[in-house]
Order: sequence, then structure tokens, then C-alpha cells
Amino acid sequence: MDQLRRQVDEEILSVENVSVRLSGRQILREVGFEIRAGEFTGLIGSNGAGKTTLLRVILGLQAAGEGRVLVGGRPRSRRNPLIGYVPQKFLLDPDMPLRARDLVGLGLDGHKLGVGRPSRTKRALVDEMLRAVDAEDFADARVGQLSGGEQQRILIAHALIGRPRLLLADEPLANLDLRSAHEVVGLLSRISAEQGIAILISAHEMNPLLPVLDRIVYLADGRAASGTVEEVVRGDVLSELYGRRVDVLHVSGRVLVVAGTGDEDSLDDSAGRGRLEIVS
Amino acid sequence: MPGGGRGVGQVFSGFMLNAWTVATIVAVVAGLVGFFVVLRGAAFVAHAIPNGSFAGAAGASLIGVSTIVGLGVFAVVGALGIGLLGRRARSDVATALALVVMLGLGALFLSLSTAYAPEIYSLLFGEVLGVSSQQIAPTLGLAVVCVGALGAIYRPLLLSSVLGEVGEARGVSRLRVELSFLVVVALATTMTVPVVGTLLIFSLMIGSPGAARSFTSRPGRAIGLSVGISLVTVWTSIAASYATDYPVGFFVGSLSAAAYGIGRAWSVGRERRKERSAGGLAFGGAGPS
Repeated sequence: MDQLRRQVDEEILSVENVSVRLSGRQILREVGFEIRAGEFTGLIGSNGAGKTTLLRVILGLQAAGEGRVLVGGRPRSRRNPLIGYVPQKFLLDPDMPLRARDLVGLGLDGHKLGVGRPSRTKRALVDEMLRAVDAEDFADARVGQLSGGEQQRILIAHALIGRPRLLLADEPLANLDLRSAHEVVGLLSRISAEQGIAILISAHEMNPLLPVLDRIVYLADGRAASGTVEEVVRGDVLSELYGRRVDVLHVSGRVLVVAGTGDEDSLDDSAGRGRLEIVS
Repeated sequence: MPGGGRGVGQVFSGFMLNAWTVATIVAVVAGLVGFFVVLRGAAFVAHAIPNGSFAGAAGASLIGVSTIVGLGVFAVVGALGIGLLGRRARSDVATALALVVMLGLGALFLSLSTAYAPEIYSLLFGEVLGVSSQQIAPTLGLAVVCVGALGAIYRPLLLSSVLGEVGEARGVSRLRVELSFLVVVALATTMTVPVVGTLLIFSLMIGSPGAARSFTSRPGRAIGLSVGISLVTVWTSIAASYATDYPVGFFVGSLSAAAYGIGRAWSVGRERRKERSAGGLAFGGAGPS
């Protein structure tokens, strides 16, 4: 842990000019940003903006057509132990004979060959991770029968047990009710602060994340703007990113990014066609 | 009943000893491989590979090679074909296509055969009571390979089956895991088909693990239980078949289905008990383990 503290200013992830084309469509255009140790970064954008593709490039599941990704200062390789990954919510078979603690254990040694012997060290580590995500109460339940928020916490523990320096989470708040979403955000923020782990979390809705975000990477049409929330979530910055006028409104503590849907350059709510579109 | 008058003592003697030995080996492998077949939702593949490999046996008898070689070649080639085609297409469609190609070849090989081979026919339903002592060694050999291979890929296979993309990000290639697993299914098929037949190996591979997962939430115990249920099914079936002269397959199929039914009933009962003990409160309680 001391070692981690000393390296707090270290650059964990550097995405440099990454462009990706998939079946003729330009998904990402010259995306670049950095993440330092212990930073909590939100990857924000509407559906189809390129968030999942960008995460897949960082994970090494998708090749970048141009540009490069450095993890811990080195070109990223497959099986990078510095990165932990929490996938987008999907349906686990409720009858599957696998307990929550088994899934967390696979985070430690699931990539190794062989059956693996149960050991006291491993059990202690799994218990520690289950505690860290407040999952002790359902540690022995079938993982497929847990609620969405509970499964999310187990997947976070699964990713954390390998002691990564960077945790990637793909839309962890999607399909969660407000309370579970709040709990997951609080949990991730606590983990980031306590263990000095950098976190990159994608979301189409930034408001639940605003209280904890150190930095934001805002994606629109495959282009990115990055910086602190104050630097990025501004009318002029986002208008340039979107290539049309958008406004950033602050409404009772929430941020709304709105744009006219017509081709007009200005907001127009007088005609039926020109209704407001809440972008994020 | 025709066989009802046989002495109980003979059930463990002579040719019957071969049947018990080979059937025991087959039951262990089917219960073990089946756990992963059910976990991966690969029941259709477990159906297609043994059925398609039947064509290989027909082809082998046509050119005068041992049918077990034909079975093995078709099972492995079919398994690899399913794995590679399933990468780009929907895997159920790829599996179906591989199956129909192999069955089509089987029809052709059978029609070219001058003599109608009862040996081929027996491959459909197996002939466990007619197992010879020469079949024990190859069956055991293939079983050791299957169990060893599953032991070697156990953790990556589990991880990849449950969290494919996460495993991929940690260097566990889904394609490599899939192909390795399919080859194990193919080898298991090759050794078991002559015993319980192409139509019935499937019931051992699905019924036992399907039942086992209802009784425990731990993967290790579910595997052990799957093997246990498979063994009881096969032993009971042989004894019943010996006593009644009804085919082994009939008992294997019915008992597998019965085990699965009991497992489901147990699951439903457990849910009810949990609801009652939780007093209607919804929280994640531990299953019986």
C-alpha cells in the first residue's frame, strides 16, 4: 500500500490519438486522455458515442486502427494485471452452481491452468474482497440469484482481487435503481480513495457520478474532450465537440446538456419540431 | 419377463464384468463433461457431436477401418468445425449445419455399404451388455485423457463459461477454451458411443449434471454429485436391463429424466422453504451447500 501511495502521481493509462473504424464506420476519432493513479474518471456519452469500443481498446479486446494505448507507461499487452474489468450487466443463469465467493475467487486465479487447491490465503483474500464491497451477507448465495446491484458488487470484487491499478467499469449503473446506483458509486469512490486505484467508469448519465468525479472524458460521435468536470461540461466545449450548439444547464444541482434537434444553430422551442433534446 | 429367471450371481460374472467396468468409466466421464456442457448451455452441441460422429463409424466400416477410429475422427472434426463456424455465425446454426452435413455423409456411407451393418445400428443405441474385454483398455485410455484435459483447463473453462469477456481481457481466449472443450466432448463421445449409443450418451451428459446443480450451489460438489447420479443411473440401468431384458437405453433415458425431475422439484421446494424462513423478506440467503 505504501508503494501505491508513493506512485500516486504516476500515469496509469495514456490513450494517444486512438482512432477506430469498424465495418466502414468511424467509431473513434483521435481520442486522447490520461489517467493518473487514484483518479476517478467518468467516461460520459450517449449510446453509440463509442464508450464501449474505447473500453475494449484499452482492454486489448479491440485493436486501435491508429494511435496507441500505454498502461503503466508500457504499450498495453493482453492479460494486463494492472487492469481490472467490470463488464456491462448481463444475465447470469440463476440455477448455476456457483456462489458469489466462487466468482470472486476466479478473479484471483481463473486464468491459471489446473484445478487449484483451496488455501487459507486464498480464502482470506476472498473474504477481504467480499468485505470491501459489503457482500458478506450473500457471499454463499448463488451468484445468478442476486439482485443487479449485488451482482455488480461481486463483479467489482472479482476485478479488485487481482490488485489492479486501474479499474474499468462498463456502464455499472445501467439497469440499477437509484439507491443501488448510489451505493455502487459510493463503493467505487471509497475503493479508489482507500486503495489508490484509478477508476474509469462509463455512463450515459453523468449526474449520479458528479459528486465523485475527479475528471471526465466526454465522448460525442467518437470524439473526446477531457479534463475536470468544470473544464469540460461547458457550453462552448461541448458545442465544439458535438459540432452544433448545445447548452449546459444547471437545474437544482443537476447538470443537463441540451440541444435543439433541428438543423438550426439555436435552441428553438417555439415550433413543434424544435423540441429540446436532453443529450446527457 | 424373459430374463427374470437369471441367477443374481451371474450379474457380476464373465461378460457382465466387462459391462460394469466400461459403463462405470463412461458414467464418470459423462457426469464430469456434462457439468460443463450444462454450464455452457451447450446441450445442442452435446447432441450433435455424438449423432454426427455416427457417420464416421459408417464411413469407417465402408473402407474397412475400425469404427472407433471413424467415430473419433468425425467427432473431433465435427467439434472443431462447430467451434470455428460458431465464431462468426450463431452457434446453434453452426452446430445444426455441422450436424446435417455429417448425417448426410452418414446416409451416403450407409447406402454405399453392401452389407447392412448391424454394428452400425448398435452404435445408435449402444450395446453395453455386449462389451468385450478388449474395449476396456481404449475406453480407459480415452477417459484418462478426457479427465486430465478437463482438470488442466478447469479454471479458465469455468471463468470463460461464466464471464467470457472478462476472461478474454485477462488473456483467457474464448476461442481456445471453446475448441479445447469441444475436443474433450468429442473424445468423451468416441469412448462412450459404443457403450450407450449416440442417442443416449446425451441423456447422461445432460440429465445427471442438470439434476446435480439443483442440490448444491458449489461447483466442486455439483461435479461430484453429477458423477454420482450418472453412476447410479448407469448401474441401476444395467441391473434392470439384465433382469428384464429391456434395453439399457430405455432405463438410462428414463432414469436421467427422473433425476432431473427430482432436482427441479427440490429447487422449487428450496425456494418455498427460503421464502417461508425469510418471512417474505427478500434478501440473498445461502442455498443448501
